[in-house]
Amino acid sequence: MLPSLADVGYQSNWIDVLQSGFMRDAFIGGTLVAIASGLIGYFVVIRRDAFAAHALAHIGFPGATFAVLVGIPLTLGLALFCVAGGLAIGALGKRATNREVSTGTVLAFATGLGVLFASLAAANTSTVTNVLFGNLLAISESQIRIFALFTVALALALALIGRPLLFASIDPHVAEAKGVAVRALGVAFTVLLALAVTMAIQAVGTLLLFALVVTPAATALALTARPLIVIALGTGIGLASVWLGLVVAVVFNLPPSFCVVTLAFLAWITTRAATNTQRRPAGSAGPTRPQS
Amino acid sequence: MTDAIAFDDVSAARGETTIWSEGTFTIAAGRVIGVIGPNGSGKTTLLEVILGLLPAASGRVTVLGDAPHRGNDRVGYVPQNYTTEIGEAIRCRDLVTLGRTGTRWGLRHHSKDDRAAVDSALAAVSASEVADRRLSQLSGGQQQRVAIAQALVGDPELLLFDEPLANLDVHNQHEIVELLRATHAARAVTILVVVHDINPLLSILDGAIYLLDGHAHYGAIGDVVDSELLTHLYDTPIKVVRTAQGDLFTRS
Repeated sequence: MLPSLADVGYQSNWIDVLQSGFMRDAFIGGTLVAIASGLIGYFVVIRRDAFAAHALAHIGFPGATFAVLVGIPLTLGLALFCVAGGLAIGALGKRATNREVSTGTVLAFATGLGVLFASLAAANTSTVTNVLFGNLLAISESQIRIFALFTVALALALALIGRPLLFASIDPHVAEAKGVAVRALGVAFTVLLALAVTMAIQAVGTLLLFALVVTPAATALALTARPLIVIALGTGIGLASVWLGLVVAVVFNLPPSFCVVTLAFLAWITTRAATNTQRRPAGSAGPTRPQS
Repeated sequence: MTDAIAFDDVSAARGETTIWSEGTFTIAAGRVIGVIGPNGSGKTTLLEVILGLLPAASGRVTVLGDAPHRGNDRVGYVPQNYTTEIGEAIRCRDLVTLGRTGTRWGLRHHSKDDRAAVDSALAAVSASEVADRRLSQLSGGQQQRVAIAQALVGDPELLLFDEPLANLDVHNQHEIVELLRATHAARAVTILVVVHDINPLLSILDGAIYLLDGHAHYGAIGDVVDSELLTHLYDTPIKVVRTAQGDLFTRS
């Protein structure tokens, strides 16, 4: 539940709260989510697939309410819907015309389904709120085990396909001519993204997911363009946002999702302001871009 | 010397639509060849057939002695305009490196040989100084150089360029043409260049594949640069002019 206004403010017992079992679970779960988001986030940004990440998050909403409706674990419902949605978006292909319109149309329908499932399941408001806005403090030990499994799978998969995926993402025409399976890698990528989204929804929710999956990577990419450093830096920004966000949330009794998202946003806006002034060459019109 | 490219009654189609047909010609290794034709005549399609991205609808294609196939390390390819899509995401050096290591699975680090090959490809196009910048921070001409370095890093025997002069000003067009000339002189390489304006390249072309009335033809450059043929090809009156210095150019 969101705290009422009167509860917000300095909490003198914050050290005790931080040492409690549910906080430990929140830190471990949040750490795993930040690592998974950082790994996949780089590829989301360089593929200019941020909208797909956003869409998958929305497709997770009916997944979660469906899980409540039929009584299966939340993670399973989310994973089912996100992976299916990822496959559908992947099948549309990167070059499909009107892809944004199709994706947007599908996600609106998915959100509608979520509302239906929620009402059929007579899900209480806190369940729906947790899916939409996330709740790091509600992460259970069984969720942590699945998160660990997903994060390891994601890391191994990206270690294996990372370089061809980078080639296919940055430079699909040449990659295809060089024999890279651009289409298949695109599908593999969306499935991996679906796993990360499944986790991130449980941390920061459907509506705030962008801030954990896209924003840290975008911030890192503004600072450097070296692939491995962007991934490391993006993961670091995500971790810092989650850890600091949890502490601030406990100390001031604020919703953790708000704190995490705000920190990621502050890192992004500061970086953006700094790199914008730095990149503008003094007294010149800047690099000329060829017009297409 | 073997032929770099041999077409035997080749046609290309997308779905049910035939793009061009009756392509029968051979290109000797080491030549510099233009690919010309009006918009939509299938110039890029021709490159895709050679690259193995689009199977020929009929006929027989031979590229460097083999059937065309994707992932042929002996072929380098610079698509049209593609550097503009890449933008901020990557440094020039990393883009060139992908041309060499981008198909490898796993986490293996780049070897000393890889780094040396990347450095030498960047040096060959005079882009060493901008190697650590992002592609988006470069001018159009510099971006084109980096794209060419990426194609050169695999040490290809056949280089395919799709409109390498598009969107460049006259100065940069000249620079890229000189770079193609130098590349050809320095390496045993056959070069195919798709162009919509043949003039800037006339001084380096040995011949041209021209796509006329749905058919693919090949002619030596002296035969292709012909007022009647070009007028028919572009459906607009074109004159061929030879200056007192012996330079050839076309004008409409």
